[in-house]
Amino acid sequence: MTAMKTPLYETHLKYGGKIVEFGGWLLPVQYAGILEEHKAVREKAGLFDVSHMGEVLVKGLDALAFLQKVVTNDVAAMTDHKAQYTPMCYPDGGTVDDLLIYRRSMNEYFLVINAANIEKDWQWLQENSAGFAVELTNLSAETAELALQGPLAETILRTLTEVPVEQLGYYWFIPELLVAGKKVMLSRTGYTGEDGFEFYCRPDEAAFLWEAIMEAGKPYGLMPAGLGCRDTLRFEAALPLYGHELSATITPIEAGIGKFVALDKEDFNGRAVLAEQKQNGPRRKIAGFVLTGRGIARAGYPVIYEGRQIGTVTTGSYAPTLEQNIGLALVEAEYAGVGQTFAVEIRGKHIPAEVIKKPFYHRKGK
Amino acid sequence: MNIPQELKYSKDHEWVRIDGNRVTVGITDYAQAQLGDVVFVELPEPGTEVSTGAGFSVVESVKAVSDIYAPVSGTVLEVNEALADAPEIVNQSPYEDGWIVVIELADEAELDELLDSEAYEELLAEGGQ
Repeated sequence: MTAMKTPLYETHLKYGGKIVEFGGWLLPVQYAGILEEHKAVREKAGLFDVSHMGEVLVKGLDALAFLQKVVTNDVAAMTDHKAQYTPMCYPDGGTVDDLLIYRRSMNEYFLVINAANIEKDWQWLQENSAGFAVELTNLSAETAELALQGPLAETILRTLTEVPVEQLGYYWFIPELLVAGKKVMLSRTGYTGEDGFEFYCRPDEAAFLWEAIMEAGKPYGLMPAGLGCRDTLRFEAALPLYGHELSATITPIEAGIGKFVALDKEDFNGRAVLAEQKQNGPRRKIAGFVLTGRGIARAGYPVIYEGRQIGTVTTGSYAPTLEQNIGLALVEAEYAGVGQTFAVEIRGKHIPAEVIKKPFYHRKGK
Repeated sequence: MNIPQELKYSKDHEWVRIDGNRVTVGITDYAQAQLGDVVFVELPEPGTEVSTGAGFSVVESVKAVSDIYAPVSGTVLEVNEALADAPEIVNQSPYEDGWIVVIELADEAELDELLDSEAYEELLAEGGQ
């Protein structure tokens, strides 16, 4: 399969983006540099193209009942124009994907899924819809998405719209408004650990919107931001990345995101396994660690305790805001407690590490 | 792209500055730009024997782990300790302050195998590989 281009591909080239393939898409890993872009998002603002994400519309009388069955969070707890983060699990508790659900009305929900999982999720949703009065529409090809993230995101956005976006609460959305004269759906959400907004728009208007936001952000230090810093930003905030901290063989309880598994709702895929893990504790857990010796842990490196492998690094990197070499690892549960020491095997050497509290980074204020 | 004329180059994007039977080795401006922000350099111990084409150091950027291959055989005499605390020097000054090791040559004839600046520039023009 040849890699696909988002509607902003030419724009990325124009802004000096260094293009890489990610999840079947050609996207910029960086423009000016990962560290500089990371800093801009933490201190000012950054603009991301996230058009590779998939979108599915779920509509019908049984939309709520269907979603309650396929995802782990309590969709019934949402009101109109609320957004919710949720894992979606297999009956064995393994994770199909993690996604955002937007409630447009009682019978209409907009799902945002991971790019690399679009086909798999689409199949899974269709298979599970048997017997439910729902209509599923894959809107991935006709939806572009931009993310404006950082402490100055609100200030910048206010210059582009008449709507008082400062009143929009975290994880709420506006189904339709004009930004720079273009119709978008806007939510106060993101994947960076900062305040920010995500815009869903028509693909043929994405480049115009990008330019308008970049222009408005100029006086505030807004930078175009690539996948590289998107990963370091979400990693510092310990937000899971599918394929790393979550997968078909890693449950949300093991990943430490059990608060998005609502056991007090009706039956759902994976409930029995997840309930057992929540009650008795999972056998493996995602632990956050800092390397106390010299080196950088990377995904896939073994985690060692007294000569025995007790787990595997799921994400590891230099953390630009913390200025430390940290990681997330799936380890046997008894080694996941804060203060626990173990070693990470880096090129044959055992480098000492210590478990620390997650998230590694927490924004001040809200 | 900065390619100083007085240096020799390997196809793996290392540069070599010759001083008698000692050579200073680092990575080229092209290599540091491809890597992006360097955040870690793993240095060999002085005294380590290195052989041409074998990895002797590792340079890591935020996203990438890259082996540095010995452009010549010999013994590591000195390593640039400054890179331990300030690996970004490799980006800022790849040909001067960002040097990685000094190697004592085992065989001076090996220097003839290296590229001059013109040949290295051609290599980059052909696509860098």
